[in-house]
Amino acid sequence: MASPNNTGQASEPAMDRLKQLYPMVNEEETPLPRCWSPKDKYNYIGLSQNNLRVHYKGHGKTHKDAASVRATHPIPAACGLYYFEVKIVSKGRDGYMGIGLSAENVNMNRLPGWDKHSYGYHGDDGHSFCSSGTGQPYGPTFTTGDVVGCGINLIDGVCFYTKNGHNLGTAFTDLPQKLYPTVGLQTPGEVVDANFGQQPFVFDIDDEMKALRARTRATIQNYTIPGPPGQWTNTLQNVVCSYLVHHGYCSTAEAFAKSTGQQFNEDVTSIRNRQRILRLVLAGKIGEAISETQRLYPGLLESDHKLMFLLKCRQFIEMVSGVDIPESSSSLSSPPRISTPQQQSVIQSTKSYKKPRSNLAANFSSPVSDMNGSEENSNNTNSLNGESDVDMEANNHNNGCHQDGHEDMEIDSNNANQAKSGLCGGSKAALERILSFGQELNALSMEVNRDPQSTQMLQDAFSLLAYSDPWKSPVGWQLDPQQREPVCAALNSAILQSKSLPRRPPLEIARAHAQELVALMSRSGLGSCAFANLDELLSIP
Amino acid sequence: MGQILAYRGDVLVQLVPLPLGQTLHTKQPSFRQDPNNGRPYIEEIYSTDEAKCLHALICLKNAVIGSNRQKGFVVQHGVISRLIQIISCDSSPVSVRIEATIILGSIAKGTDEHVKALVDMNIIPLLVKGVLEDGDESSARLVEASLCCLRTLLQSGLAPTGTLAQDSDFVQHLLALLRASITSQMAIATILTAECKTPECQDLLSAHGAVYSLTALLCSPHRKVQMPALSCLAKIIFQNRGVALAAASASFGGRPLPDILTSLMAQDMPKGMQLSAARCLTYLHRAGALSASDDIIKGKTLSCLTRLCDKNHDNGIKAIAAETLGYLTEVDMILQKDASILNHLITNLAMYFKYAMEEVPPLQAQLRQAAFRAFASLGANDEDIRKKIIETEGLMDHIVCGLQDSSPGVRLAAIRCLHSLSRSVQQLRTTFQDHLVWKPLMNLLKHASDDDVVTVASSTLCNLLLEFSPSKEPILELGAIDLLCGLTRRKEAALRLNGIWALMNMAFQAEQKIKSQILKALGTEQIFRLLSDPEVNVLMKTLGLLRNLLSTKPHIDQIMNLHGIQIMQAVILILEGNHSAEVKEQALCILANIADGDSAKDFIMTNEDVLKKLASYMMHSSVKLQVAAIFCVSNLVWKEENGALERQARLKEMGVHKLLQQLINTSDTLLFDKVKTAMTQFSDS
Repeated sequence: MASPNNTGQASEPAMDRLKQLYPMVNEEETPLPRCWSPKDKYNYIGLSQNNLRVHYKGHGKTHKDAASVRATHPIPAACGLYYFEVKIVSKGRDGYMGIGLSAENVNMNRLPGWDKHSYGYHGDDGHSFCSSGTGQPYGPTFTTGDVVGCGINLIDGVCFYTKNGHNLGTAFTDLPQKLYPTVGLQTPGEVVDANFGQQPFVFDIDDEMKALRARTRATIQNYTIPGPPGQWTNTLQNVVCSYLVHHGYCSTAEAFAKSTGQQFNEDVTSIRNRQRILRLVLAGKIGEAISETQRLYPGLLESDHKLMFLLKCRQFIEMVSGVDIPESSSSLSSPPRISTPQQQSVIQSTKSYKKPRSNLAANFSSPVSDMNGSEENSNNTNSLNGESDVDMEANNHNNGCHQDGHEDMEIDSNNANQAKSGLCGGSKAALERILSFGQELNALSMEVNRDPQSTQMLQDAFSLLAYSDPWKSPVGWQLDPQQREPVCAALNSAILQSKSLPRRPPLEIARAHAQELVALMSRSGLGSCAFANLDELLSIP
Repeated sequence: MGQILAYRGDVLVQLVPLPLGQTLHTKQPSFRQDPNNGRPYIEEIYSTDEAKCLHALICLKNAVIGSNRQKGFVVQHGVISRLIQIISCDSSPVSVRIEATIILGSIAKGTDEHVKALVDMNIIPLLVKGVLEDGDESSARLVEASLCCLRTLLQSGLAPTGTLAQDSDFVQHLLALLRASITSQMAIATILTAECKTPECQDLLSAHGAVYSLTALLCSPHRKVQMPALSCLAKIIFQNRGVALAAASASFGGRPLPDILTSLMAQDMPKGMQLSAARCLTYLHRAGALSASDDIIKGKTLSCLTRLCDKNHDNGIKAIAAETLGYLTEVDMILQKDASILNHLITNLAMYFKYAMEEVPPLQAQLRQAAFRAFASLGANDEDIRKKIIETEGLMDHIVCGLQDSSPGVRLAAIRCLHSLSRSVQQLRTTFQDHLVWKPLMNLLKHASDDDVVTVASSTLCNLLLEFSPSKEPILELGAIDLLCGLTRRKEAALRLNGIWALMNMAFQAEQKIKSQILKALGTEQIFRLLSDPEVNVLMKTLGLLRNLLSTKPHIDQIMNLHGIQIMQAVILILEGNHSAEVKEQALCILANIADGDSAKDFIMTNEDVLKKLASYMMHSSVKLQVAAIFCVSNLVWKEENGALERQARLKEMGVHKLLQQLINTSDTLLFDKVKTAMTQFSDS
């Protein structure tokens, strides 16, 4: 694993640094500026050192020889507070350098600040230029060796500069959106290096971030909800109560409702029943959970094949992990079945299923044939042969999907034997139970209208059998008890829905809604979204 | 699934039943209607039945909490003495004493009169006794209640403070109690802040490990503990190098104290916390424990304070931030320079005068004073910064107003600011002239009783009296000479220095009339007194004054004519005294000036003693003194002047010419030039 990734890792910290600075930026929608643009510049500008160094290569006689370059992308609003630094490598002849921001299409034969939608701080006189040919006294001058930073507060639309780590204070206000980091040079010999965050900054930008984060948090926390007093409290209590009921925290819900005067819209027995089933799922006892569900909510699972499949899949995983031990291999078929024919034609259905998947299988044709070859190997034990009959499909896919896992995989039959025996604590009977359960599960999957998601789920589950130590395998994550939670939620939702109660509690809907709004803020250029990470806000004491 | 906890916590906050205040509120009206019937329990406070008494105390406690009216009743009806009797009686059960102490603590939070009533009953020693109580769990509650009451009283500023922190055992006990509870931590930090008043207290607290204890408190998760801990830390390190050094090297949980303070200045901390932490770091720097070049000072603290001066903060915060900034940057040029470009500081400080106009008096004065102090520090050394300050719109007007402000603090700060700015030659010639700053300044000098004001004002006056300053004339007209001569008679060395210095500046290239006025007002006796001043600077400036008086021929002759004998005595006094070369050089220069006169020359020529002295100084080991003596000789023998030949003959006779011939071989160029000039004056012989 180590050697091939070495080159990739070298660039990773830099990427991480930017990601850490601007965690709320979705770079697929709004990429961050990472270097100067070789296309978006005037001829007199030369770039080098991965397009981070800028030098002047014009005549530099008059201001008509000024030249600028913009970064590759505009600053995403979701940065909240964006910052970049420019080190003056050489002030050249006169040190007519401008550092700032400009919108797309602003003339590049100029220094930043001289034109509309262009803003700059100039080294020769220390003035700030706000879309105007005349500057305003702003800060000290800067020259060779100085590091000048430019910060843009995208919440308030203001810009400040720093010199050698000292904040010089606000330079511009009412900035438009979608500005690009820009530098301009005007006389020969001028050279500047940019740091867009790949390297640590001289200035402590994190402290400024803290201020904005604290402010945004305070704005949210101090927001007063309109409406008569008490109404909002009531709404919140309702939200909490419904959440408790939804997840079956029965006693807590009762106590809460009692002290707040809330009412349930589900009777307590029903909640307790759900609670019991959900507990079984969370404990990994899926088999018992299924029978309880079938007993208490007859017809629910029978009519919801996908849910049944989900549960069975989980049950399979729990069997591998040794938590769910079915009383007998027939436990799967003990409840009344609706469609028996499939049970008999396992192989048939496997084949019929194979067809739509053939294109996928073809992609990985060679591993498939290898495995097939091993099947012919007479040295294989019976059990493995019997298993590969059914399991082949899953194994093949696994092989194809997890190419990188080759080393871990036990192709050798001897090792495979050991692996299997280790898997079920050496019990052959247990292993056989799992295998037979797997067959049934595969059969069941035929009944479900399989989407890529469930296909993947089945593959992942079956893949567990391919490893000597499933816990340490690439698919070992499935064994984590946390993975029971989505199954639990799905079953819970189905039960509630069958009783005409909402599938999702209002609290979770509100949460999802808020999350969606934050994403929308980012797309609408509202900088506060940078500090409106929902999980972060909720985890604050 | 785990997220439920976060929601639950937030929402349950809203479920608090009825606020306590409401029950009290409903009770009050009935009290108002019938004050005697409303408090049946008052009688029982005097009961000897402990249970009854306890019950009555609890009723009283509930009644007085948050009600100044109830507290007033307790004070007026002498219930306090009963309460004090309870707490001072060791035989009363602890539970009763606890309740009584809590009631007293509650009363201490009332009006100033309530506090005074408690202080007058000499309650503090009783509370101290309560604090020292040790034993079981219930006495811990008594200790806590006593601490809280003591804290409230000492914090009020109405109780005498400064004695408790001198008691080594008590300090040790208090610091040991810091482990008890959050409430005790808050109370103790505040008590120590109020009590620590002298360098000895600071040392004592430090010796008992207060620095370490406070560092630990700063790491508390509770803001209400951190805040008083910061105040206390500031108090014990202020201007105390030893304690500050201990603090700079203290640490808790592996984190050095300066780092802990830096983290408390982070921008997501409450503003008051940022400010207090910055204040502690400022004090550490000024006490010599943290260097100005340390990033914690030059980077974090400076940036924090300049940021807190901007318009987004409360005026109270702004005032302390600027005051602290003024202290931080007072002596370090680099910090002054950095601060002047940070966060638009100068523009922001100028806004303080505007904010002041919208504020209530105490804060109004604080804002003005803070701005002046900060400006004074910023402009102390750098001409560019001074220019930036003075160019700030309306600032000079504010200074002129500040000199006449009703608050002494503002007046002093305004003079400091003016003094700082008066170091600029350009400003003396332009802005100061335009704004007639000498008027309020002279007014202050004439009427001020505060030595600090007089010191800074007279320093400023010195600068205003420099020869190129156009303010010189009008200042004279306002009676400056008498005033300055008065200063030379003060017992404070700084004032004598400023007085004589200003007179020296005034005499430089002045008209004859002014010089005579100075001599007359000062008097030769006073000059003699100043010439034997223990402060060498005073002596130097006095000699400087004499030099300035004795310039240009007619002035020299006239002055020598009037005061020649005394002046010659004075010069001889210096030359014979045990003084440094610098001082004697001044005296020789005075002789040289005298030698430049016409009739005045005789004062030297007829005094063989002086001539001998001149000859010996020509061969002195100090080149400076040789140069000055030869300069005097060449003035005496200047050939175009009447009687030059006789004087040359006389000096030759004294062997001076020979000495010059010896000295012509010197390698010192300055000395060589002087010798050569003198030699050419002697007619060929």
